[in-house]
Amino acid sequence: MIDFAVEFSGVTKRYKHFTLDCIDLKLPTGCILGLVGANGAGKSTTLRILMGLVHQDAGTVEVLGHTMPDQQALAKLEIGFLSEDMRLYGAPTLEWHMNFMRSIYPHWDGAYANSLLGRFDLKAKQRIKGMSHGQRVKAALLLALARRPQLLVLDEPTTGLDPIARREVLGELMAVLADEERTVLFSSHNTLDVEQISDQITFIDRGRIVESADKEAFLDRWRRLRLVLPPNTRLPGLPGVVAIGGSSRLPVVTTNRFEPAVVSACTERGVAVQSVDVMTLEEIFIASVESRREGGAL
Amino acid sequence: MYTQYKQMNSLIVLSQSDSRPMYLQIMEQVRQKVAVGEWKPGEGIPSIRALAVELQVSVITVKRAYLELEREGIIVTQHGKGSTVARDPDLGPRLYEQEFQEHLRQAARIGMLLGFSEDEIAERLRATAMQLETEAS
Repeated sequence: MIDFAVEFSGVTKRYKHFTLDCIDLKLPTGCILGLVGANGAGKSTTLRILMGLVHQDAGTVEVLGHTMPDQQALAKLEIGFLSEDMRLYGAPTLEWHMNFMRSIYPHWDGAYANSLLGRFDLKAKQRIKGMSHGQRVKAALLLALARRPQLLVLDEPTTGLDPIARREVLGELMAVLADEERTVLFSSHNTLDVEQISDQITFIDRGRIVESADKEAFLDRWRRLRLVLPPNTRLPGLPGVVAIGGSSRLPVVTTNRFEPAVVSACTERGVAVQSVDVMTLEEIFIASVESRREGGAL
Repeated sequence: MYTQYKQMNSLIVLSQSDSRPMYLQIMEQVRQKVAVGEWKPGEGIPSIRALAVELQVSVITVKRAYLELEREGIIVTQHGKGSTVARDPDLGPRLYEQEFQEHLRQAARIGMLLGFSEDEIAERLRATAMQLETEAS
């Protein structure tokens, strides 16, 4: 088993109005990575380079030990890819697609495909064009999963799904991970999905990676502190301050390097800590991107 | 014994509206299961991956909960053999004690936020205990 299912190193791709800039990304085998970014941040471009559909201008990409894009034919046998612009044929039925996939991929698992039909509440005899958006996503996911790929790459898999379909899709992604040699990489602008099932989280904005860490580290390091300052006191310097809001007497400080010592450092200086608030991934994402953008470095 | 897992249906129920991190919710519910004897000392419990799949949460989150539970001496994880409840017979009372302490901390914290003095907080606790006794009789 290789340590990293996906390894990007200094990957750059220039377009007229957009540059994917020096992307470094390492995804350990057996993990789920959630790639979070606004629309147009570079998520799809990153995934397309990973799949060898777009060729990078600079940098190296290794997927399941294969160099991309040169060895993409080998790599693709082991990757299940799902994206919005990858449509199924409208006229044929889902069953036709299942037979087609079975004829191409030697590892096609017919029993698993049939059990997915049941769990996804899909009908094999139904034509693709008669399906709802949610049914189409689930049909495409079924076709990708039943190949039993080593790596699943999913571009916005939960976008536009109702809560039930979303739960079914996330549940099947997790089920893939029951086998610790399989790896999942998915992009989303739904931070809730990413927060729920990801082991690794990478924020991408304007073609650059803003932050990348394991989820627990992410959620542990970010805190919002509600402080009460005595009159005529200045806010003490705290580690990792990303944003300061609130008023001068009642500042609200967002930090990405929180540790319990921060609280004692405040109290020692006569600053009362009213509360230390946990942040959701969405709040962290917004704070992280805003501070990067305001920093002017980009 | 190690491979003998519990029925996985609704083993642990996580709540989205609970503001605590998910790993803490998992820890608390495992502690409670051990405390009430639903999970018995020495018995096998679900593997990290199996529980993650069941709960639809990250493997890393469950791993963290298990690591901390191990540190607390509630479960034992042996590499390649999975996890079991620790064999400590005094586990139950100690867990209740910890939970009690945690609730006291929360009550005291909220009381202080509301501006109550220490005496007032203590008095309110006494009054609540008396009220419970009256309700029970």
